[in-house]
Amino acid sequence: MKRFAVLSALLLFSSIAHAQEAPSAPAKRDVSPANAEDARMKALEDQVRMLAGEVALLRSELKEFRESKSPEQLLPPQLLLASAHPQPGMLASVAAPAAPQTTQTQTFGGASGNAKLLNPDISLIGDFIGTAGRNTVSPSPSLQMHETEVGMQAIIDPYARADAFLSFGETGVNVEEAYITFTSLPAGLLLKVGKMRAAFGKVNTIHNHALPFIDRPLVTNNLVGGEDGIDDAGLSLSRFLPAPKNWFLEGTAQVFRGDSDDLFRAYRSQDLSVVGHLRAYRDLSESTNLDLGVSYSRGNSAGLQTASNPSAFFTNLYAADATLRWKPLRRAIYHSFLLRNEFFWSARDQLSPANFFQTQHAFGFYSNAEYRANRRWTLGGRFDRSGRATNASLTDTGFSGILTYWPSEFSQIRGQYRYGHLWDTPNDRFTNANEFLFQFLFVMGAHGAHPF
Amino acid sequence: MPRLFTNTRLTAIVLSLALVFALLCPLTGSADSKIRIMTATTDLASLAQEIGGDKVDVESVARGYQDPHFVDPKPSFLLKLSKAELLIVVGLELEIGWLPPLITQSSNPRIQVGAPGYFDASRFAKILELPTGQVTRAEGDVHPLGNPHYWLDPDNGLRIAKGIQNKLTEMRSNDAAYFAQRYDAFEQRLKQSEQQWQAQMKPYAGRKVVTYHRSWPNFAEHFGLNVVGYVEPRPGIPPSPQHTVELIGQMKRDGVKIIMVEPYFDLKTPNSIARETAAQVVVLMPSVGGEKEITDYFKLFDYDIAKLKKAFDETH
Repeated sequence: MKRFAVLSALLLFSSIAHAQEAPSAPAKRDVSPANAEDARMKALEDQVRMLAGEVALLRSELKEFRESKSPEQLLPPQLLLASAHPQPGMLASVAAPAAPQTTQTQTFGGASGNAKLLNPDISLIGDFIGTAGRNTVSPSPSLQMHETEVGMQAIIDPYARADAFLSFGETGVNVEEAYITFTSLPAGLLLKVGKMRAAFGKVNTIHNHALPFIDRPLVTNNLVGGEDGIDDAGLSLSRFLPAPKNWFLEGTAQVFRGDSDDLFRAYRSQDLSVVGHLRAYRDLSESTNLDLGVSYSRGNSAGLQTASNPSAFFTNLYAADATLRWKPLRRAIYHSFLLRNEFFWSARDQLSPANFFQTQHAFGFYSNAEYRANRRWTLGGRFDRSGRATNASLTDTGFSGILTYWPSEFSQIRGQYRYGHLWDTPNDRFTNANEFLFQFLFVMGAHGAHPF
Repeated sequence: MPRLFTNTRLTAIVLSLALVFALLCPLTGSADSKIRIMTATTDLASLAQEIGGDKVDVESVARGYQDPHFVDPKPSFLLKLSKAELLIVVGLELEIGWLPPLITQSSNPRIQVGAPGYFDASRFAKILELPTGQVTRAEGDVHPLGNPHYWLDPDNGLRIAKGIQNKLTEMRSNDAAYFAQRYDAFEQRLKQSEQQWQAQMKPYAGRKVVTYHRSWPNFAEHFGLNVVGYVEPRPGIPPSPQHTVELIGQMKRDGVKIIMVEPYFDLKTPNSIARETAAQVVVLMPSVGGEKEITDYFKLFDYDIAKLKKAFDETH
């Protein structure tokens, strides 16, 4: 603070000096024959010279001052955020910067002109989807600005960071996620508080624009509550767990309010939902790795119309996921392969058509393969099969072929052919759906991290 | 009935939380005297090793032959980061695509951005290619804070080493003399090597070269090379036919005979440009560990300069 005060005082002073210099300049041209005037002029000129000298001195002092300040002043923006409360350790290293060379071209420590100071990292991702073809069961609009997602991310204080993603869809605005992450808890605990996508499997955690397909798998819609999946307000606690050599284990426990799309509903304030997730990861080699997970979730069944005591109806969800990745490090930007399978089991309490309590046990899965053929093209495929949560005897099936093109890292063009063998409830029969989907994605602003 | 279910749900909550807490065991380090350092890249690891000697354990997240812009934030790094006392990063948004989630998920308070154990090496280095005026991605994946490949200037290596010395001294004041002596030895060796490197490169001062990515401005400036073009039309944008044709024309006009390529880029386009222009493609290593023999910061320059020298001699 003191430094800033001194700096602003210096700036103020030099600008005053400037202001004094400017009006005196025309006085030089204004030559008068009178001796008294001459003497006055001379005095003025001397004064101007003196002032100019002083300004030069001040400027050089200011420059030196800026340079000595630069290591701290010119940090990247997120660093500035955190150093709002400098810690003793930090200052010590700041006070001992690089070799004291001061040539004109020297720039230590990055830009200050572009530094956005305390603003969060802001990004906007546009997701445009077009659909052509026939689907009588779940038709999509021909053209839609599916989602415009604004992301803001910042370090809050030395103990936490926060992430917020607001999604502007066709029907309104939705806080997709907004949470604070406490990074400095004891015992290696990581606490998130806010609204977030639950750590239930893999696809549930991924934002629409980061998916390897345009739509969500059938099983997400049938068993995990629709496009947003389990996305709710609550708390999440995770921690690495002791693991055998070369394995990485992480456990996550989450408690949510209990309102998630068509899946969970909190009929009373104590109708919370819970999610538990265990992740096991192992590097098989430098370029190949295996990522496994099991998840559990429980909450009150949503969509019960006639139940007299809805809080007694639960949905238990179980999931297992397995991902195999291959990416040779030397050619990481050109070639990679990913194979992912996710399995879901749903046990849903509901009222049967005859108004009896019943539990429907439905199973669904998807299988996805993705191959990056070169820097710009990726080929993918997905197989879907899923029962319906409310009627497990109805099983929808589908498959998709996906082709993705990246003009750059910040835009993406994707086409997807989708076939579905879907149950058509009004007509009481299975129908075939054949569709072609295309998508344009664009990214503005901060360069977000790639999901893994 | 409802009471029973409420109880079951509460039990579920309590159990799942208890599961996590019950498995708590101290992951934090034992009273190990070595400072555990993680670095983003191998070059910083090498510099940290030079100063830290046998008082430190250093490991890098990225490999030397890997494009440091694109590293997968694998969970296996999380375990190492969770135990680190010091994290040294390149900064200038080089690692923006992968390091932030690793730092957050490591749940290690010591290495969070701004904490004493977070060390941004760019603060000590001379940074080039600072964009002036408006920065847009029409120029490709530009780094608004300046070119992050600054470690390829030995002077910057020395400056960073000084910064590391101060940081280590601050962390282990008992070993201050040791780190100071290591730094002095490093400085002396680097100055000696520097004389050799400059002598080797002197005959080629001012030579025009083309590089694939903008990885070499600091190297070129330090050793007097003149980078006149890039295989990439814009940083991070793959080569386009039109740009390649223009580049070939420019190389012919300017008599450019050297195309410097990083080990993680496809050689197809550089090779076809080289055929058209009778130039030579030289795969230079931007980082320690790019080849097995490049085991430290000195060997990095030894390797690159030897390769360049050979290529210059063969093309003239």
